[in-house]
Amino acid sequence: MVAGAAALAAAVALSACGAKTDAGGSSDKAAKADTSGDTVKVGLLNSLSGTMAISEVTVRDSLKLAIDEINAKGGVLGKKIKPISEDGASDWPTFAEKASKLIREDRVVATFGCWTSASRKAVKPVFEKNKSLLFYPVQYEGLEESPYIFYTGATTNQQIVPALDYLKSQGKKSIYLVGSDYVFPRTANKIIKAYAAANGMKVLGEDYAPLGSTEFSTIANKVKASKADAVFNTLNGDSNVAFFKEYKSAGLTATSMPVVSVSIAEEEVKSIGSQYLAGQLTAWNYYQTTAGAANTEFVKAYKAKYGQDKPTSDPMEAAYTSVYLWKAMVEKAKSFDPEKVKAASDGITFDAPEGKVTVDGASQHIYKTARIGKIGTDGLIEQVWDSGKAIKPDPYLKGYSWASGLS
Amino acid sequence: MTDSRLPLLKERSALKGRSARAWAGFAAAAVALFALAPLALSDFRLGLLAKYLCTAMVAVGICLAWGRGGLLTLGQGVFFGLGGYAMAMHLKIADAGPGNLPDFMQLYGTATELPWWWQPFANPVFALAATVLLPMLVAALLGSFIFRRRVKGAYFAILSQALTAAFAIWLIGQQATTGGTNGLTDIQGFFGYDLNDPINQRMVYFIIAAALLLLIALARQLIHSRYGELLVAVRDSEERVRFLGYDPANVKLVAYVVAAGMAGLAGALFVPAVGIISPAMIGIVPSIEFVIGAAVGGRASLAGAVLGAIGVAWAKTALSEEFPAAWTYFQGLLFIVALAFLPGGLASLVGMVQRRRASHASEEPSPALPVGEAA
Repeated sequence: MVAGAAALAAAVALSACGAKTDAGGSSDKAAKADTSGDTVKVGLLNSLSGTMAISEVTVRDSLKLAIDEINAKGGVLGKKIKPISEDGASDWPTFAEKASKLIREDRVVATFGCWTSASRKAVKPVFEKNKSLLFYPVQYEGLEESPYIFYTGATTNQQIVPALDYLKSQGKKSIYLVGSDYVFPRTANKIIKAYAAANGMKVLGEDYAPLGSTEFSTIANKVKASKADAVFNTLNGDSNVAFFKEYKSAGLTATSMPVVSVSIAEEEVKSIGSQYLAGQLTAWNYYQTTAGAANTEFVKAYKAKYGQDKPTSDPMEAAYTSVYLWKAMVEKAKSFDPEKVKAASDGITFDAPEGKVTVDGASQHIYKTARIGKIGTDGLIEQVWDSGKAIKPDPYLKGYSWASGLS
Repeated sequence: MTDSRLPLLKERSALKGRSARAWAGFAAAAVALFALAPLALSDFRLGLLAKYLCTAMVAVGICLAWGRGGLLTLGQGVFFGLGGYAMAMHLKIADAGPGNLPDFMQLYGTATELPWWWQPFANPVFALAATVLLPMLVAALLGSFIFRRRVKGAYFAILSQALTAAFAIWLIGQQATTGGTNGLTDIQGFFGYDLNDPINQRMVYFIIAAALLLLIALARQLIHSRYGELLVAVRDSEERVRFLGYDPANVKLVAYVVAAGMAGLAGALFVPAVGIISPAMIGIVPSIEFVIGAAVGGRASLAGAVLGAIGVAWAKTALSEEFPAAWTYFQGLLFIVALAFLPGGLASLVGMVQRRRASHASEEPSPALPVGEAA
């Protein structure tokens, strides 16, 4: 036992001579991606179980569609892409574990996925530490620019700010904020309040419900009592079902008090039921009904692969686009090396289903057109307004004077 | 689980045999953790093992409180979280450097300086002590209230669950000071050592392994002391113990507080191993998962609880890597099979084999089954 203890102590002592935090990057510890064979692996990191699965599975399907299409046309740099799917299980530390597994065990050349901000924040250090790339396909709260993440969903100035501009142009002078209790709604509402203060809008109330909560009678009554001109809804997932049912039973309608939602896409409309949502507004960059040949192709291909009843939505489109953008970057860089891919990213364009998108190399976000849509009785969303041109991404809202105090 | 029906002599030799077996098991565990695992596993897998060992540390406490004391602790997430947040708060302050706010506070907060309740955690000694003492203090306050009121059984379990849900919801609501749902992420350093360095990650693993062995030794000492006997007695017949002149509330309180301290330490070490602590590790689901590991392995046996916790955590990783779309079914099946066929956990298999062998050797009637399984 004594010998054992001594050996043990020696082992601990030996291992206790790693780098100090202030020593700087002494050696390159990045896991090297494997590009030796005729295939390269990419990681698909989505929640396939847990509360987020309903949304994230559609993103995974969309990513697979893009990969299949690219493989059918010969792959990237002559190599076929092999997707390795991992389940983040709607649990943030699990996301970090799986990201690490994809990079270090599977040695993927890039990873696509994540949905919630919490999962992105959990994996961000993993991608930065290993110098590996993540393509994140969901609209989010901004205020982030990781050197190893490409953001292909909207940042706030491509979704929330245009939605507020739209409400203002419609003569809405007061709003009520309803959201799930997590980072995106809280940050979005901070931005909304700053915008409102600078634009003469009144915020009459602000309520948060825990993620997954289905108790909304109090909130619906408060909203009703406030007599606001419109409601800005940042609820996520199944809470929307309960909220809109209560909203309707409180006697509120899309004409008396419209709700603008930023997390309800075609897939969610289907599960909430269009009878509760008809006439309500949404803010996105893409709808299944968006005009253009690229979208017609995308919708057709998606339905052919996954079923005629399956709608396409904004995050699915952004995920699909992200794979093609990565392909274009790799081909421009003539390498899978993350540093070279990053260096080649600026100005890369793709004729995406939402229209032409361009990568802004400095922020690693993309130019996107903002679109306000109205939910129809058929469950599809018809565009009622768009920004006319693709908006330059501004994750820190530096170009907006009213936002100067936000970060 | 001493069997008082055996003659004294026989018991003494059994004790001796048990002690020798325990030492052998302990030595084998040390060799496996300190020599075999680091040699056999890649850095990534070793990092995962470190994470599993943290759940095993919680399981040691659960074995004591639930397996021995009959307290169904469905709220260990609170103590795990307190320890984890205490550690993470210190590491975030250290990462930010003097005079700077942690990154998330700059993003989501409005304050220009650290909130008052963060400030003591800048001190490493305070933070380290708090990781264990804070959960113990909370458990002591709560426990003395609960046990004196003679709240027990399902009511105790429901109360622990309510507490853990409340704590998670509170953390989520305080985004500006706790990081909300995101939790405290992106932890770079550990008391001056860079966590990005694989050598330092290995060091963290060794610290966790050593801490686990220490906790097992401590728990074994407690279980085989007079206090341990009393704890089982309280579990099996609280009223009888009360009439003998002991206060069952105090007996239970000690087990509850010790289990809380162990969960706190596990949470604290989880942070450098995984680099994140968030309400996702604290709510009702993770709290139940802690208990499931111990239940599958065998809650009344230390080795069973520890190996069960490691095994269940490992199975979760392995199944989800192999079947990303369907692993939850397999995991559910595993629990059902284990608990339906072996209600005492996998450890009861060992007991069954031993009893069978014993009854073969001497044609004596086999000793009574431990009553504990009914608790």
